[in-house]
Amino acid sequence: MEKTELINKVNEALAEEFEIEISTLIPDANIKDTLDIDSLGLVDMVALVESLFGVKIQAQEITSILTFENLYDYIYKNINGK
Amino acid sequence: MGIYSCLGKNLEEVSKSLYEGKSGIIFDRSRKELGFRSGLTASLETPNLKGVLSRNQRVYMAEQCNYAYLATDEALKNAKIDRDYLAAHEVGLLYGNDSSADAVMKSIDTMREKKDTTMIGSGAIFQSMNSTVTMNLSCIFKLKGINLTISGACASGSHAIGLGRMLIQAGLQDCVVCGGAQEVNPYSIGSFDGINAFSIRENEPEKASRPFDRDRDGLVPGGGAATVIIESYESAVKRGAPVLAEITGYGFSSNGDHISVPNVDGPSRSLQMAINEAGIDIRTIGYINAHATSTPVGDANEAKAIANVFGDHKPEITSTKSMTGHEMWMAGASEIIYSMLMMKNGFIAPNLNFENPDDDSVKLNIPVKRVEKIFDTFLSNSFGFGGTNSTLIVKNIK
Repeated sequence: MEKTELINKVNEALAEEFEIEISTLIPDANIKDTLDIDSLGLVDMVALVESLFGVKIQAQEITSILTFENLYDYIYKNINGK
Repeated sequence: MGIYSCLGKNLEEVSKSLYEGKSGIIFDRSRKELGFRSGLTASLETPNLKGVLSRNQRVYMAEQCNYAYLATDEALKNAKIDRDYLAAHEVGLLYGNDSSADAVMKSIDTMREKKDTTMIGSGAIFQSMNSTVTMNLSCIFKLKGINLTISGACASGSHAIGLGRMLIQAGLQDCVVCGGAQEVNPYSIGSFDGINAFSIRENEPEKASRPFDRDRDGLVPGGGAATVIIESYESAVKRGAPVLAEITGYGFSSNGDHISVPNVDGPSRSLQMAINEAGIDIRTIGYINAHATSTPVGDANEAKAIANVFGDHKPEITSTKSMTGHEMWMAGASEIIYSMLMMKNGFIAPNLNFENPDDDSVKLNIPVKRVEKIFDTFLSNSFGFGGTNSTLIVKNIK
């Protein structure tokens, strides 16, 4: 999957799940602030990513995924690493 | 007061349905496809709270929490309690709820399919617990007093009100949000259907729930939520609240007997305890809202208990379950509201489908048509599995 396609797919899913405007999802924005979620909401983001891409974000790795750019990179790397 | 039931989405709609003697029962074919013996159920629209509550509030709410939110929002508005008041006072919350089967089932289905607990999502644990209603309402409305779910089977809602009153009497709370909620999805009551408890009069849904009638053949499941705000008289007067009525008696008992088959002794003691506590002459009770669910043994034994306790005094007795079906964990609270609406508006809704009495119900005064009647005190019974009984007596305040 091309990265642009991946980003679009992630953004569409996040906007729908967390009920926010897709335009607010910019690469260097903080995920928790933008999605207005706490650690519980992050669980739903992890589940969403796993259902969309089959990529499981490990609990010890989620702490290093702070921005959407971090998230796109993580998914991209793990899809291509499969 | 506030309510969301098969008779309407608010007090005004419900009052109109009661006055018209409207049934909320339908036949749901999808239940037959799930293997139900009975496809009968109350008809209830699932509210869409998107745009009312945020995603982060809704994600933790099980089905019945949606009903409870709407009922409580209406009740607080009617009681003239706003967010500022809730922020400045320790308002409590006691709500009856005794299952959250749909949420439990969905999370287990996901776990079995995905073999990965993360995929269950963040909301499931908060939706799955019996306390889902109180944990959600307390966070949404920012309540700061007691925060507790009452699980007393089909008497849950009634016990919640009775226990809330005790907290106020003890001086531990000035104001408590009380009520009962009941999920309506088929999965929550499949096991109940499985023990042949439901009516199978599927060709006549509106005639299926027939409390006290000779030809009753079981209950019809229903649900929704009902909320009443109870408060010390002093607190209510101090803040200029509209005071509707006084809870004058709360009786309770346990049958100490069979898990599902009710007896006469337990309900009789609950009735008598409530009357004793109210300290009233039973002749002042102008209406009895019976628990009667339309089951053969339950209705007969309640009729015996009422006849034993009331003797020659025969106020009108109806079961509003003839219209709503059995609202179970919600019923004790909703039936207080149905009775309140009747008392405030001077009528008694008909006991639908009471066509022929049996040996026990023939001794009671059960109206089949609406009665226009002014009454100032009513008694409401609620009984549940395991032999839990609750009786409330309420007096009008004009």
